[in-house]
Amino acid sequence: MRAALLAVALLGRLGAQPAAELHVLPVQGNVYLLTGAGGNITVQAGRDGVLLVDTGLAARAEDVMAAIRTVSKGPLRYIVNTHVHADHTGGNETLVKLGANPDDPGPPRIIAHLAVQERMAEPNSDVKGNLWPNDTYSTPFKDFFFNNEAVVVTHIPNAHTDGDSIVFFRRSDVLATGDLFMPDRYPFIDLNHGGNVQGLIAGLNKILEITVPAKYQEGGTFVIPGHGRLCEEADVVEYRDMVTIIRDRVQDLIRKGMSLDQVQAAKPSFDYDKQYAGDPNAFVEAIYKSLKK
Amino acid sequence: MFFRGWIAALLAGAPLLAQVDFSGEWAPLYHEDGPERLPGPELGDYTELPINANARLRADSWDADRISVVQEYQCRPHGSDYSMRGLGNLRVWREIDPATQKLVALHTHMLAWDSERVIWMDGRPHPPDYAHHTWQGFSTGVWEGNMLTITTTHLKENYIRRNGVPRSDQAIVTEHWVRHGDYLTVTTVIDDPVNLTEPLVRSDNWFLDPGQHIGVFGCEYAAELPRPEGTVPHHLPGTNPYLQEFGKWYGLPFEATRGGAETLYPEYRSKIAPYNPPAKCERYCTCTTLFNCQLR
Repeated sequence: MRAALLAVALLGRLGAQPAAELHVLPVQGNVYLLTGAGGNITVQAGRDGVLLVDTGLAARAEDVMAAIRTVSKGPLRYIVNTHVHADHTGGNETLVKLGANPDDPGPPRIIAHLAVQERMAEPNSDVKGNLWPNDTYSTPFKDFFFNNEAVVVTHIPNAHTDGDSIVFFRRSDVLATGDLFMPDRYPFIDLNHGGNVQGLIAGLNKILEITVPAKYQEGGTFVIPGHGRLCEEADVVEYRDMVTIIRDRVQDLIRKGMSLDQVQAAKPSFDYDKQYAGDPNAFVEAIYKSLKK
Repeated sequence: MFFRGWIAALLAGAPLLAQVDFSGEWAPLYHEDGPERLPGPELGDYTELPINANARLRADSWDADRISVVQEYQCRPHGSDYSMRGLGNLRVWREIDPATQKLVALHTHMLAWDSERVIWMDGRPHPPDYAHHTWQGFSTGVWEGNMLTITTTHLKENYIRRNGVPRSDQAIVTEHWVRHGDYLTVTTVIDDPVNLTEPLVRSDNWFLDPGQHIGVFGCEYAAELPRPEGTVPHHLPGTNPYLQEFGKWYGLPFEATRGGAETLYPEYRSKIAPYNPPAKCERYCTCTTLFNCQLR
């Protein structure tokens, strides 16, 4: 992100509802970060068209497409959903309608791990109305070539949810993580959708395996988190350490025979509570229940 | 008419508000806080730091093994606030706009980790909150008379003291640079809403050393100890065996070593047990430069 900042502010179109401004930030190579539409959206654009990692909230989809058009007029050809939640999949349907090239033989591919589609198909799914993935994978990873670079989609089992993917743009050297990593808030471990703290830590370690910093732990691979600012490996290290340390503390308290209430009363996340947003008790509960499984 | 234009050109070339030139090679002086800065701080020494309870627990949990076991820490540089206190051989040079002859930026290079920093002097705004953070942060400077005041944001998380006392990525650092002839004094003020209850103020000094040569720092990370992937060394709360050592070595009551705003002020002495310094100095008694700073 040494390049000059290009911030495109688009006023929301939600009538009386104040909406967050959308911003497009060039990251490096073919990749841009689009913020303000719910979860972060990664935009990869080039001669082949547009690829999105996640699509934000449904209500912001028209604004998102307007923001994408400041980067590329090309057709939308791929969406990768990093997980099932509505702030990352809500824009699927509208963006496909607005972005597809009518001359293309088929609609844009919506890639996700099979578990995302299965979660959407559940009778009580809270994301039932979102357009489902039409190109699922159930292998450890899926790769393809688009805009002159390899795109590697890797499944991270049972982490934030059970259908998490991280997406690596190999030539641009940018990794989109979804909600496995959010530098300004505690993780949300969605136990009801198959999440688990052990998988989350494994996922963070997988991210560190992929990222390579440039000189002195800076630059090199850029990391686009599910929410929050643009990051690099060093930011993921701090986050991985925080989750690991709190996990270890909860594990130690469980070994001592403590109940969930007792563990929460011991405040095992206390030293991080002013740094990370979110409910510490909910985070500790998710760790406790993960470890008790 | 020509004469008036000549006068205007002269005035335009005059320094704005008596700008001082900080350009040159500056060698650090370690007479302030020498033992902390040269061999490095003792474990459990949080004196003079207005930390809150959260930061104290974080520091108590810190295990120095992390530097060797976690590869990503091995070449991790100081933040620009802490690098002023470390291996602080400093080079400063100016970037002048050739078209206007106005000062665009000051650039610095420091020995430690070859750290290079830009201090923008052209009035540009700081980046938005979604931009990435760096070890040096994003710095802008303004003149206040002969003093240069620098504001730095967008810092990566780092440390206030390199024994585990954290400084968050939300901190804002203000520096005041003052030149007294061949001496440079930088006063650093750290506002960290995450870890501090009041601003932390420190100062550091350099002398002008035109013959100084700053070599290449160099660092390559490598697996030094075989540990399972993802290992993060740390002490569980209440289990760090090293926290009492510092107070015992220097004759300080344990509670006085724990930091906090209250301990910064003179009246704190009346609230603690009498200070009984060791009969003679036994640790780091000779530290005035990097080369004579021995434990005993």
